[in-house]
Amino acid sequence: MANLTTNFIGIKSPNPFWLASAPPTDKEVNVRRAYEAGWGGVVWKTLGSEGPPVVNVNGPRYGAIWGADRRLLGLNNIELITDRPLEVNLREIKQVKRDWKDRALIISLMVPCDEDSWRDILARIEDTEADGVELNFGCPHGMAERGMGSAVGQVPEYIEMVTRWVKKHSRMPCIVKLTPNISDIRKPAEAAKRGGADAVSLINTINSITSVDLDDFAPEPTIDGKGTHGGYCGPAVKPIALNMVAEIARSRETAGIPISGIGGVTTWRDAAEFMALGAGNVQVCTAAMTYGFKVVQEMISGLSDYMDRKGFTDTSELVGRAVPNVTDWQFLNLNYVTKAQISEADCIKCGRCYIACEDTSHQAIEMLPDRTFKVKDDECVACNLCVNVCPVENCITMVQLPKGQVDPRTGTPVGDYANWTTHPNNPASQAAE
Amino acid sequence: MSNSQLTPGIVPARLPASTLAENFTDHEPPLDRHEARVAADRCYFCFDAPCMTACPTSIDIPLFIRQIATGTPDAAARTIFSQNILGGMCARVCPTEQLCEEACVREAAEGKPVEIGRLQRFATDTLMAKGVHPFTRAAPTGKKVAVVGAGPSGLACAHRLALKGHEVTIYDRRPKAGGLNEYGTATYKTVDDFAQAEVAWLLKIGGITVKTGVTLGRDVMLGDLQAQYDAVFLGLGLAGVNALRVPGEDLAGVQNAVDFIAGLRQAADRATVAVGRDVVVIGGGMTAVDAAVQSKLLGAENVTIVYRRGREKMSASAYEQDHASQTGVRIIYGAAPVRVLGEGKLAAVEFAYTEDTPEGLKLSSETFTLKADQLFKAIGQTLAGAPEGLGISGGKLALQPGQRIWAGGDCAAGGEDLTVTAVAEGRDAAEAIHASLMGAAG
Ligand SMILES: Cc1cc2nc3c(=O)[nH]c(=O)nc-3n(C[C@H](O)[C@H](O)[C@H](O)COP(=O)(O)OP(=O)(O)OC[C@H]3O[C@@H](n4cnc5c(N)ncnc54)[C@H](O)[C@@H]3O)c2cc1C
Ligand SMILES: Cc1cc2nc3c(=O)[nH]c(=O)nc-3n(C[C@H](O)[C@H](O)[C@H](O)COP(=O)(O)O)c2cc1C
Ligand code: SF4
Ligand code: SF4
Ligand code: SF4
Repeated sequence: MANLTTNFIGIKSPNPFWLASAPPTDKEVNVRRAYEAGWGGVVWKTLGSEGPPVVNVNGPRYGAIWGADRRLLGLNNIELITDRPLEVNLREIKQVKRDWKDRALIISLMVPCDEDSWRDILARIEDTEADGVELNFGCPHGMAERGMGSAVGQVPEYIEMVTRWVKKHSRMPCIVKLTPNISDIRKPAEAAKRGGADAVSLINTINSITSVDLDDFAPEPTIDGKGTHGGYCGPAVKPIALNMVAEIARSRETAGIPISGIGGVTTWRDAAEFMALGAGNVQVCTAAMTYGFKVVQEMISGLSDYMDRKGFTDTSELVGRAVPNVTDWQFLNLNYVTKAQISEADCIKCGRCYIACEDTSHQAIEMLPDRTFKVKDDECVACNLCVNVCPVENCITMVQLPKGQVDPRTGTPVGDYANWTTHPNNPASQAAE
Repeated sequence: MSNSQLTPGIVPARLPASTLAENFTDHEPPLDRHEARVAADRCYFCFDAPCMTACPTSIDIPLFIRQIATGTPDAAARTIFSQNILGGMCARVCPTEQLCEEACVREAAEGKPVEIGRLQRFATDTLMAKGVHPFTRAAPTGKKVAVVGAGPSGLACAHRLALKGHEVTIYDRRPKAGGLNEYGTATYKTVDDFAQAEVAWLLKIGGITVKTGVTLGRDVMLGDLQAQYDAVFLGLGLAGVNALRVPGEDLAGVQNAVDFIAGLRQAADRATVAVGRDVVVIGGGMTAVDAAVQSKLLGAENVTIVYRRGREKMSASAYEQDHASQTGVRIIYGAAPVRVLGEGKLAAVEFAYTEDTPEGLKLSSETFTLKADQLFKAIGQTLAGAPEGLGISGGKLALQPGQRIWAGGDCAAGGEDLTVTAVAEGRDAAEAIHASLMGAAG
């Protein structure tokens, strides 16, 4: 069994699986149960300033979308930060941390955008012995209207300013949590770095409406006939989160900043993917909310098995390993030629590949009279659509044409690496010559 | 070919070799990767899962299925083996329709449970095919334990003890280890010599010596074992067979079903196993069903199970009964034998219909006769050959704490007589032995 111990910005935890700041980490009772189940760390549900806590709606706060078998694929929420008094949270944090020294405990914070508010809250959390703070610049609903959360996260200058305050008034490691509700994720990450952040975490939830009630004509979840946009999370957001993590990991300005990967992590594989794209650890919310804390056991066994298979003895060997292979489109090898190949033995003859290609792609699959399906190499552009719609995993595969072999579609032999920057059709490449 | 299904008497080779081979292939073929993925996807990862509660060894079923779903069958296998080291055999022989799959919430929802047994086989087969053993022994404790009986209970006990660092010697009177895994369960559930392969794989843990051909009470005495070892575990199974207690029972052609099955299991070539043209099986459990089904598969023309009570009372599950019917076995419910007929050898069996009354089962005056050249008795096994002086209650060993003797499996009180129950009891006895030995040491 591989060693999963991780050291993230000096914070040690027995594995890279942390619970994200959200309902699973809202109370001592949950957090203790989470540690017992095996979670390596916890980011406590976001705390606000001293004073009367925020209030939540008293009707439904979640909406969802489902896949086959009602598998929950995306969750949307209109919950705010913690609605429990600050003193209660601080007392509980201190108690839990005292009993669970080997686990990470981070405090998530969101207070008004002025230096005094931040200095005060940092002073209040000082003696909890928590391992660090996470600045919630992400919450897309409820708090943004009050000038907090994503209202700060969408303005890089604010991020930089608040991060600077936090570093000035606290010795704790500081993670800045980013909102994805922005057009270029690198900008807030750069701002966090300039402000002195030790790490960034992403993504927080995405603005969304999951569905509309077609009798009451209101978005779901509906509160007394009205609804509002909520924050989207769960498996559905993973691709968006992976890209944002990769963008930060490979950008020259932000490369090397530690990243805590969040968004749709549900299995060991999701976690490994985030880590390969540069995340030093991952945070999880929806998977725990769907399946309970025990779900971490599969993440632990799966990641450990994978690392054993790969011969990795430390998670650091995995972190960032895929980053050098994330590039821009223009650098992709245009002389890498593949053709779809259907395994007749595995094919169940559903015809989905055929109709997808025939109606919407390149008319490159033939349906023979005995209902066997064959790829026409002289038409196939290797788009991968058939692979993606085939219900049988690995039934259709992409086979690479070796160098020198003539591509029956273009009639030209496969050549050496060459990309768009030097392609004759590229006006820029001609101009450069 | 000289013999056919119509040849009278008890003769071998009623069917061509190719048909025999086909008849005895894997009853439920293994899932391939795609099937396993689809089957695993149906699991809801229930909390406090009912399937897990229904498993006598409490395998963490939601976790292992999730591990299959995420492409880590080796991890799934470890989850299984950590609770049930004979998880490979159990995946093949457990009556899942009465255990985990009956309890599955999707049985309630759609009448179609998650295929837990077959998924368990997928995971365990994947890991076992690699030939590696997933566990390593703890540091030696210097303690020695004798295990009598190399059936599922004895093997599970020995493995858990070895894991904890104890030195184990297993004694068994049979030439091969495995108990009824090797000599009892249906051929088509354990193809390709799986029982022996599993024993060999289990023993890779180390620290276990197997001595076959040694009978407790004849070759070695309980007192000797107690003197030589720090603890003794008895996993003797049920060596005796109940008699019919009707006239004519000793006619040639009347046989214990378990002996017939053991002979079939051990036959190098199934074409050498003789079977009657008209076979009658008396009993209502798995042994009755297995004897009947396998007689049919060997080529008997007519096979009839006669059970003295109603269908719902039969201890073989509805699934097993349907399997028998589909194979062509006829099942007569509510009749009991009164006489075995024949001159020098079996020719027919006379039955009377029964009435289930509050005072118990009564024979009615209405009778019928079934033609038979082979009759299998399958009305239950009994404890036999257990050492004198041990507590017995309800025909099973009931040992007192403090004797430094433990028992488990079919020979011990409690639980149903199933492979998986034997594994659970053997494993739990090992934990108790360990606690007792280490408690005494420190
Ligand atoms: C025909 C048949 C089919 C069955 N099919 C199924 C099935 O499909 N699924 C299922 O779950 N269960 C099935 N069972 C029940 C299952 O096989 C038993 O419950 C299980 O094997 C019990 O395990 P055990 O370790 O207690 O005993 P056994 O498997 O009986 O093993 C006991 C061992 O002890 C040895 N032994 C006994 N006395 C002595 C002695 N004096 N000295 C030395 N060694 C001794 C024996 O040789 C034997 O190897 C079946 C049983 C039979 C008879
Ligand atoms: C109900 C709910 C409440 C949340 N509350 C907070 C919060 O208080 N602070 C915060 O930083 N993120 C909060 N989040 C966002 C999560 O921490 C996480 O970033 C997001 O859900 C994406 O991860 P996931 O796909 O694993 O759920 C909340 C999410 C949900 C579903
Ligand atoms: S999950 Fe619990 S708190 Fe939420 S609506 Fe259902 S019963 Fe109420
Ligand atoms: S989609 Fe897959 S299974 Fe269906 S016809 Fe095409 S190759 Fe066969
Ligand atoms: S009861 Fe069925 S659905 Fe639930 S965990 Fe068990 S196998 Fe899965």
